[in-house]
Amino acid sequence: MAFAEAMRQINPDVVAAYPITPSTEIPMKFAEYVADGLVDTEYITVESEHSAITACVGASVAGARVMTASSANGVGLMHEIFPIAAAFRAPIVFGLVNRSLGAPVNIHCDHSDSMPERDSGWIQIYCEDAQEVYDTALMSVRLAEHPDVLTPVFVCQDGFITSHCYEPVDFLDDEAVTEFVGSREPRYPLLDVDNPVSYGSFVMSEHYFEIKRNQMEGMENALRVCREVSGELARITGRDYPPVERYRTDDAEYVIVIMSSAAGVVKDVADDLRSRGVRAGCLRVRMFRPFPSEEISEALSGVKCAAVLDRSASPGGTPPLAAEVRSALYTSCCAGNRMPSPVQSFIYGLGGRDLYPGDVESVFEGLSRGEHFLAPRYIGLREGTGGEERGGR
Amino acid sequence: MRSVAGVNMKNLTSHRNPLVEGHRMCPGCGAPTALRQAFMGIENPVVVVGATGCMEVSTTVYPYSSWRAPFLHVAFENAGAAVSGVEAAYRVMRRRGEFREGIKFVAFGGDGGTYDIGLQSLSGALERGHDFTYICYNNQGYMNTGAQRSSATPRSANATTAPAGRVTPGKLQRAKNLTEIAAAHNIPYVAQTTLHDPADLIGKVKRAVETPGPAFVNILVPCNLFWKIDPADQVKICRLAADSRFWPIYEVANGEYRVSYKPKGQTPVEEFLRAQGRYAHLFKKGSERRDLIEQAQSEVDADWEKLLAR
Amino acid sequence: MSGGGLCWQDVLPGTVTLGASSQSVETGLWRSVRPVLDAGKCVSCLRCWAQCPDASILTGDGGSVLGINMFFCKGCGICAQICPVGAISIRPESDFQGEAVSSGRGVGPLKVGELVG
Repeated sequence: MAFAEAMRQINPDVVAAYPITPSTEIPMKFAEYVADGLVDTEYITVESEHSAITACVGASVAGARVMTASSANGVGLMHEIFPIAAAFRAPIVFGLVNRSLGAPVNIHCDHSDSMPERDSGWIQIYCEDAQEVYDTALMSVRLAEHPDVLTPVFVCQDGFITSHCYEPVDFLDDEAVTEFVGSREPRYPLLDVDNPVSYGSFVMSEHYFEIKRNQMEGMENALRVCREVSGELARITGRDYPPVERYRTDDAEYVIVIMSSAAGVVKDVADDLRSRGVRAGCLRVRMFRPFPSEEISEALSGVKCAAVLDRSASPGGTPPLAAEVRSALYTSCCAGNRMPSPVQSFIYGLGGRDLYPGDVESVFEGLSRGEHFLAPRYIGLREGTGGEERGGR
Repeated sequence: MRSVAGVNMKNLTSHRNPLVEGHRMCPGCGAPTALRQAFMGIENPVVVVGATGCMEVSTTVYPYSSWRAPFLHVAFENAGAAVSGVEAAYRVMRRRGEFREGIKFVAFGGDGGTYDIGLQSLSGALERGHDFTYICYNNQGYMNTGAQRSSATPRSANATTAPAGRVTPGKLQRAKNLTEIAAAHNIPYVAQTTLHDPADLIGKVKRAVETPGPAFVNILVPCNLFWKIDPADQVKICRLAADSRFWPIYEVANGEYRVSYKPKGQTPVEEFLRAQGRYAHLFKKGSERRDLIEQAQSEVDADWEKLLAR
Repeated sequence: MSGGGLCWQDVLPGTVTLGASSQSVETGLWRSVRPVLDAGKCVSCLRCWAQCPDASILTGDGGSVLGINMFFCKGCGICAQICPVGAISIRPESDFQGEAVSSGRGVGPLKVGELVG
């Protein structure tokens, strides 16, 4: 709802959306705004998510400001079009309400829908609460449309946990939002019939590489522009959103790295442990693409041990956030900094399973005991006594 | 020829066609001809959206574009959705006074991108009532990938995924009737035609574009490679398709059917089939398939009667 | 490494290319046969103009046929096939050895950032 309210205030030119739980409330609420004449938007009620994102791309290259929302299998169906949107430098702002990707079908939160899109060329921002969703929606319009960026943005929030909870949100006045987001100035609008351009060419090997590298430049600039835009919003609201949130990490010996709503639990447990003399901290990664490697390696530079909690898996490989964190630390080490501290990988919360304070405390305890495992471990998973008795090995 | 059905050819030669020279379509291909003729009837500025296919690839070989009009290609299955987005953007931005007045929107796809993979997004766009014209350049198969069968491929045609072999005589199923499916959306204008008569094609697209709301025009165009015909014979083959009633020339304006071309005489479908290498197996000496040739004729006859009764 | 061509900093963002830029692509190089127009026989009925896939029939004021643009003509032969008065004949390209292959217009190479109407 916070995202829908931001959409009303942003008053985008075009919204094309298709219902899927748990993002449905966004297009539903927005349809009411359209029906009540509260927005000037052309609202396209498409027949699939694939058409939703395609219509968004068409409208965006036409020159319009465009927003949409989806979840889970809807995001999966859109997959083909995401890299096209990014390559077209179409600054679409997308409310991605995280939900597990079937099968089996499950409507609750994990990050298995957005993580497969991490290489699609979209900026990915993971929000902790509804206030952050609202603020990020406003900032993302500016970030996506910035001439140095021109890259679409996923504003991710945890399905049901964040999307359907009741919590106080501080909204700006409509006028303040209008002024903050400004108007889009498209560079090559398709509708400019006097200066015709073609989008989506057939490109052979002799030019493809250069075009893709050109596209990546927008992503390269996104961290800088994000800081600028965030700073600008902070001057109005007092709420600043750096790419990573460092919660009591400055002198921490043990740090848990996590994204989105479950960070709250980790922060609570860190507070509790600190009252008991354990120097615990939480590093919440807000921006996943582009990945703020330097901030993360800097924040973890003094810790004894860290754990990365992923809400999605990469079967056969390292879970996505853990892989990025380890890579950041290795890169930092190569740059002459000290050897990185051990990083333990955990998978939690698949299919909406809650993360409990006791779970987090166990992770911190493991870190303080110096436990380290090469393979990712699972949190909150019912596990039997082992494979041997069942005729395994 | 110079002035048929309100189309004056002489006046059209000064028209700046949105599709220009230098495209890489095969010599004698019917698709660029169909689209160039389609655009001849449009006086307004246009924005063009293309589905993946021969036309899209061959007109946008980087760093060149054969489109004098703005052109957008997103993917294979979604030209209907892409044009919906562009048209919606235009509506809202025109309300603010941005961009030129009177821009028309034309989307196109081959039969693969229209009958098959793109049918859902086309149907959605037709149902929602966007103001655009969709042109299917229908060469009855997947030509861009090498002459595979599509749901537009007619029965008995030899296609690379429905080859004429020792057991099966080419495609076993009939072609889908997409023109009727489009008409079933109750949209204001639906038509089908071919390259037998430029005035007919130009006039139909002109009416399609000038009709507010969605319009669909299905244009039969030969693919010289798949149909196995001499490129120079393209117009002749199209005339055979129309004269044999294999491809009826008609339109449905606001639900009213009008057959725009009633062939004089009775050109047998066999003549249309015999002129193309993709049906050569039906005429092979010693293993002639009279049954399939007769079946083609009886299907065409039945369809024609059904059309006249509408 | 690929030689020539544009550097990544120089390509237009968004996969964008400029309108009508293929008018500098000489598709006439594909031709193995060539249509030859007999201006004396031509009645400018414009059938060839309407049915040419490559927009290679050149017309003048009032819709009169002036000739065939060899810069673009791929030699498909449709024009000769449909001409009602036999004003176009098809001859092998070898008959024209020594003559310039192109005799039509091309707009020349395009510079990035320059839009063509």
